[in-house]
Amino acid sequence: MTDTVGIVIVSHSADIAKGTADMVRQMVGSEVEVAFCGGNSDGGLGTNVPLIIDAINSVWSSKGVAILVDLGGAETNSEMAVEMLEPERQDLVVVCNAPIVEGAVMAATEAAGGSSLAQVKAVAEELSAG
Amino acid sequence: MSLHPETFKTLLRSAAEQVIASAPELTSLDQAIGDGDHGTNMKRGFEAVLGKLDAISAQPLDAALKMIGKTLVMTVGGASGPLYGSFFLAAGEAASHHGQLPHDLADIFDSGVSAVSARGRSRAGEKTMLDVLIPVLETLRTAAGQADLIDRVRAIAAEAAERTAPMRATKGRASFLGERSVGHVDPGARSSCVLVQAVCAGLEGQQ
Repeated sequence: MTDTVGIVIVSHSADIAKGTADMVRQMVGSEVEVAFCGGNSDGGLGTNVPLIIDAINSVWSSKGVAILVDLGGAETNSEMAVEMLEPERQDLVVVCNAPIVEGAVMAATEAAGGSSLAQVKAVAEELSAG
Repeated sequence: MSLHPETFKTLLRSAAEQVIASAPELTSLDQAIGDGDHGTNMKRGFEAVLGKLDAISAQPLDAALKMIGKTLVMTVGGASGPLYGSFFLAAGEAASHHGQLPHDLADIFDSGVSAVSARGRSRAGEKTMLDVLIPVLETLRTAAGQADLIDRVRAIAAEAAERTAPMRATKGRASFLGERSVGHVDPGARSSCVLVQAVCAGLEGQQ
C-alpha cells in the first residue's frame, strides 16, 4: 500500500511499455509505483487483459491507479480489465486519454507530489487538449 | 430450434472451427486496412473456447454464454477480445432473464449487440462488426417465427458484410486510412458473418 497514485503503462509493444516505464522511473525513481505490460500471450504485438489486471493489482494504491495506453485495443482491453477487477477497486482506476510516453511521465510526476487520481488524470489529459 | 446441451456443444464447436478456419482470410482483410492480427487473435480466442468446450457446454445457456465471453476477453489479445467478449457476456446476462428459445433469441442477441456498441462507442455505418450484427438483429426481429428465418439470417449476414466494402471507416485502426479504407470488406464484419453463418449452418443441421 502506497500513498501515491499508481501508474500502469499498456502498449501493444513490450519494448515501448518497458521503455516508457524506464522514462517514468528516471523522472520519479521509486516514489511512484509503476507497472507496464505489452504484447499478446504469444509474444507478438497486442494487449492482454490478464496481464493488465496483474499490472493494476501490482501497483495498487488506496489513491487509485492511472492507466496510460497507446492505440485502440490497448484502451479497450484496459477498460475491460478494469471491469474485471474486484468491484471495490473499479471506481479507483482510470484510463487516461493522453499520449502514452508524455502522459505517463506527466502523470507519474504529478502522482509523486501526492496528487489525487483526478488531478493525475487531468494533468495527463492536458496533453490531449486543444 | 430447441437448444439441447448436445446441440449447443455441436453449434459451438462448429462456430469455433469455422472462425479458426477463416483466420487466414480475416488476417488478409485486416492487413489491407488494419494491423493484420484479426485472424490470429480470433483463432487464439476460439482455440481457447474449443479447449473448454466440455466445461462450457455443461453449463446452462446463460452461464455458457458468459464463459465464452470471459474466455475471449482473456485470450484474444486485440480489441476484438473485449468486443466479442462483451457480446457474449451481455448475451449471457440477458439469457439469465429471458431463457426461452427461440422466443427470446432476438432479445438475447439485442443485449449482445448493445454491449458491442457501448464497448466500441460505435454505431451502424462506421465499417465495423456492428454493420453485420445490427442487420442480423433486425432480421431476427422481422422474420421471427418464420420458416425461412435461418436462410434469411444467413443471407443478410453475407450481404451486410459485403456492404462494408464501400464504407469509409470512422472507428478502429481502419479509420487512420480515411478514404483509403474504402473498397475493402471490414475484417470484424467478416468475422461476425462467419460466426453467424456457422451458427445458422449448425442449426439447419439440427432440423
